[in-house]
Amino acid sequence: MSLIYGFATGIIFGFLLQKGQVLRYDKQVGALRLLDMTIVKFMFTAIVVGAAGLYLFKDLGLIKLHLKATSIGAQIVGGSLFGIGWGLLGYCPGTAGGALGEGRIDGFWGMLGMLGGGALYAAVYPFMKANIISIGKLGKISVPALLGVNHWIVIIGFAILTLLLFGYFEKKKL
Amino acid sequence: MKRKVWNPYLAGALVGVLLVLSVLVAGKFLGASTTFARGASVIEKAAGIDPAQFEYFTTKKGKYGPGSLPNWQLMLVLGIILGAFISSKWSGDFRIQAVPDMWRQRFGGNPVTRAVVAFIGGVILLFGARLAGGCPSGHGLSGLAQLAVSGFIAMAFFFIGGAIAAKFLYRQRGK
Repeated sequence: MSLIYGFATGIIFGFLLQKGQVLRYDKQVGALRLLDMTIVKFMFTAIVVGAAGLYLFKDLGLIKLHLKATSIGAQIVGGSLFGIGWGLLGYCPGTAGGALGEGRIDGFWGMLGMLGGGALYAAVYPFMKANIISIGKLGKISVPALLGVNHWIVIIGFAILTLLLFGYFEKKKL
Repeated sequence: MKRKVWNPYLAGALVGVLLVLSVLVAGKFLGASTTFARGASVIEKAAGIDPAQFEYFTTKKGKYGPGSLPNWQLMLVLGIILGAFISSKWSGDFRIQAVPDMWRQRFGGNPVTRAVVAFIGGVILLFGARLAGGCPSGHGLSGLAQLAVSGFIAMAFFFIGGAIAAKFLYRQRGK
């Protein structure tokens, strides 16, 4: 059943990514070059809606959150490396397959590279664990827990900042 | 529904709803990068290389090892390919293209050059995603929607790294 849910969710996700034009190299690199903010509009709307829904159902006791552990070293070094690779490929792991689905062959080459990257990371994992992941470990912590405030204050603050950002994008026609 | 392009705010909001429904119904957060590490372990096993010699593929009870597939996230990644295919075919947006327009304007139309750089980009990107613990779906979308500290740091550096790479690739000639 879990496999069917995954496949169905993926089909809807792929459909929406395609309709939002988020799968295009020109849109992804366009955002990195600060020329076209389509993917940022798409993503941050999804985040604000997702945050409101997830915390609502969490407050009602219907779902559990699944935070990824914070390691400042891993997220800065890994995040930067990811970004450099993203700038070269122009797709991320979720969108490369979608790009292939709409006929973009370079998405396929990127996915092959990702399999290589997975093998490479596994080969050097002990070194990374000892030297990089060990830097700045804070555990599975959220921003409201870190700040010691109610999560709805953070969600509303985040939503206001996002709206201001969108207003700026629309004014500048990005 | 048949319109080629939807407003990105609308499509994004629907993805937010999809994320919440997925967690509510299946208990699963959207993510993609782990599937490629798991896929690598399956390929190594098929090629006669024992994945168990690498600690990463045995850690956390084999969460990243060959025994973890098939699973929910693999089906999600495969579903994305099919969903994008259906959407693009339906609206007439599907097009076989080896070199993206922006790339062609800057570097020309050689599909081999583009394939090589795409492959190298894929290697670096996934290495970074596994080190960071996620990609723009896992850390970005799912992480930020949970207000995770890890998500905010990772997403900021995804953009910083990407902006630097894009700036370098598309720098003005002669500067």
